[in-house]
Amino acid sequence: MKFIDIVKTAIANSFRSKLRTGLTVIAIFIGAFTLTITSGIGTGVTSYIDTQVSAIGAADVLTVSKAADSTSSTTDGPAAYDPSKATTVSLGNGSRPGTTIQALTARDLTKIEKTSGILGVDPSVRVTPDYIEYDGKGKFEIIVNATATLTKADLAAGSQLSNASTADQILLPTTYLKNLGFPSAKAAVGRTVSIGITDYTGAQQTVKATVVGVQNETILGVGAGLNQTLTDTLHAIEVTGAPAGATDSYATATAHFDVTSTPAEITAIKDDLTKQGYASQTVADQIGSFQTVINVIIGVLNAFAVIALIAAGFGIINTLLMSVQERTREIGLMKAMGMNGGRVYTLFSTEAVFIGFLGSALGALAAVGVGSLVSNILADGVFSALPGLQVVQFAPSSIAIIIGVVMLIAFLAGTLPARAAARQNPIDALRYE
Amino acid sequence: MSVPVLSAHNIGKSYGSGANRFDALKGVSLDIQAGESVAIVGKSGSGKSTLMHLLALLDDPDSGSLLVEGTDARKLKGKEVNRLRNQDFGFVFQQFFLTANATVLDNVVLPLKIAGVPPRERKARGMAALEQLELADKAKNKAINLSGGQKQRAVIARALVNNPKVIFADEPTGNLDTATGAVVEDILFALNKDKGITLIIVTHDIELAARCDRQIFIRDGLEDTTESGASRKRHAGAHAGAHA
Ligand SMILES: Nc1ncnc2c1ncn2[C@@H]1O[C@H](COP(=O)(O)OP(=O)(O)OP(=O)(O)O)[C@@H](O)[C@H]1O
Ligand SMILES: [Mg+2]
Repeated sequence: MKFIDIVKTAIANSFRSKLRTGLTVIAIFIGAFTLTITSGIGTGVTSYIDTQVSAIGAADVLTVSKAADSTSSTTDGPAAYDPSKATTVSLGNGSRPGTTIQALTARDLTKIEKTSGILGVDPSVRVTPDYIEYDGKGKFEIIVNATATLTKADLAAGSQLSNASTADQILLPTTYLKNLGFPSAKAAVGRTVSIGITDYTGAQQTVKATVVGVQNETILGVGAGLNQTLTDTLHAIEVTGAPAGATDSYATATAHFDVTSTPAEITAIKDDLTKQGYASQTVADQIGSFQTVINVIIGVLNAFAVIALIAAGFGIINTLLMSVQERTREIGLMKAMGMNGGRVYTLFSTEAVFIGFLGSALGALAAVGVGSLVSNILADGVFSALPGLQVVQFAPSSIAIIIGVVMLIAFLAGTLPARAAARQNPIDALRYE
Repeated sequence: MSVPVLSAHNIGKSYGSGANRFDALKGVSLDIQAGESVAIVGKSGSGKSTLMHLLALLDDPDSGSLLVEGTDARKLKGKEVNRLRNQDFGFVFQQFFLTANATVLDNVVLPLKIAGVPPRERKARGMAALEQLELADKAKNKAINLSGGQKQRAVIARALVNNPKVIFADEPTGNLDTATGAVVEDILFALNKDKGITLIIVTHDIELAARCDRQIFIRDGLEDTTESGASRKRHAGAHAGAHA
């Protein structure tokens, strides 16, 4: 029998018992649908994160903090007081409210800088300006994006912040434009805005900054981005009039290393810092841990889909065993007419693979339809504040892989019944009543 | 004398094992020459179908040996056995074994499909076979909708569609009324005469058996040589009479 005839016959056979085939197809459909949707969410979210942090800037930067202190463990009781250790975090150091982090002091900074492989270290400062104003058109509150100098922004207009520049630069989010009085993103680029900030003594001062670009709203931190120069300028104002010693501790510091370092060298630097009692992360590490969470969620969803598919696999075994039983006579007749066992085997496995294909192709198709629809609705609704976020996105390659895997599962499920069919003796089969 | 198409030496077959063991065939020997028509006659349960299945290589004998054109059947490879079943043998089974929901044509061309003949040629040869049996007008009908006689003819069309050397027919007229039975008989003997196809017919119809060149009588799994011998003598006598 020619292969094309085997395929045609297998397809015709699978439609002979429409109800039975239909039910099996539904079982596979559910599994394939779920798998396609979860993989679509994976693709969508990952590609969004990728555009958000596209070509991750600052690949030569480590965020360093004091490693969690082991001296205050519950069993040992409180640690002895060490006056040289800064335990509370003071103003302008980037700590989150309500958290007590071991602060980095000037001594720590020198230690970090001396670590081999580290080229330089800057304490991370967080500034809290009071307002932003353009051309006297009204003062608005401003939120500063703390990660702006570490990542490359998804630009709507203009260019990225330059930390090397000595000019005070600011990157505005698209959402600020209307209130500040800019007609478009392009119109804002190159303009000068005023930023108001209160110093330690309570007096308000203003700083002029140039808008270098406008960025789409991002999930990695909302608000305006400031370059290092502007941050330093603002920080200098914030600590004006502060008593000595009040400002020399920081929650984190940014250490630079050679941009050409290999992953092994970076690991060596991190290990070295760990030994000295500092925790350090590259930007990739930070994003990586974010992606790990998403991957775990998607993994759990995929596991459910795979369970559904395994159940569907037993459906295939059952369906085919029944049709082998039903068609015993026909198999016997074909063997009596010189069809070899291998072809009989192929005939039944092809039927299994076809059922698998039908279920997975329909499931994937439905998933693409439903997923795209839901994704568009969400993009215009709940996620309208995050331009460019399509929660569900479908990569043709992953859909092809899903269909392929389901067909493979179907083939494996079909082996048992197909073997039973191939082994039949023509005469026993023909005598079967 | 030429090499027989089929040659059985003391072949036996039993079913089951232990207390349930049943010797359906207890040692039968026979030679079948190309172009012959041979009837296998006997009572129900005597082992006729069993013998035919062994001769047609559908089953393996437990004892004795079977030669196909001089080659021991046990030495044939699976592939050769399949080729023989497909190309050289045509089968007419006691039950028809038509696929009920497939068309008559599809049923008839099954051996060609198995042989890998392309669809166009399949259709042409299938229609030719159906025409030969005056069933061409039923080609597109479902097999289930045919009358008993039409089914029997469809089965014969399927047996001869691949131009076999030997046709095995198990009770080809058993399910038919006398008139239709006679038509089917005529078709089979015409194939034997015109195309030289060897006929091996299992029957308990004495008249059909008498139309064959030779009869082999089976009783309780053994050849009944007295009956077979008598028939051979009758046969020879008839020829002698014709020549006189
Ligand atoms: N698979 C089997 N298992 C057990 N016994 C069998 C089997 N096949 C046939 N037999 C027995 O072998 C004997 C011969 O069977 P066979 O079918 O050859 O008879 P037959 O001569 O063709 O009869 P009929 O004219 O009724 O078709 C019978 O007694 C039958 O019961
Ligand atoms: Mg019989």
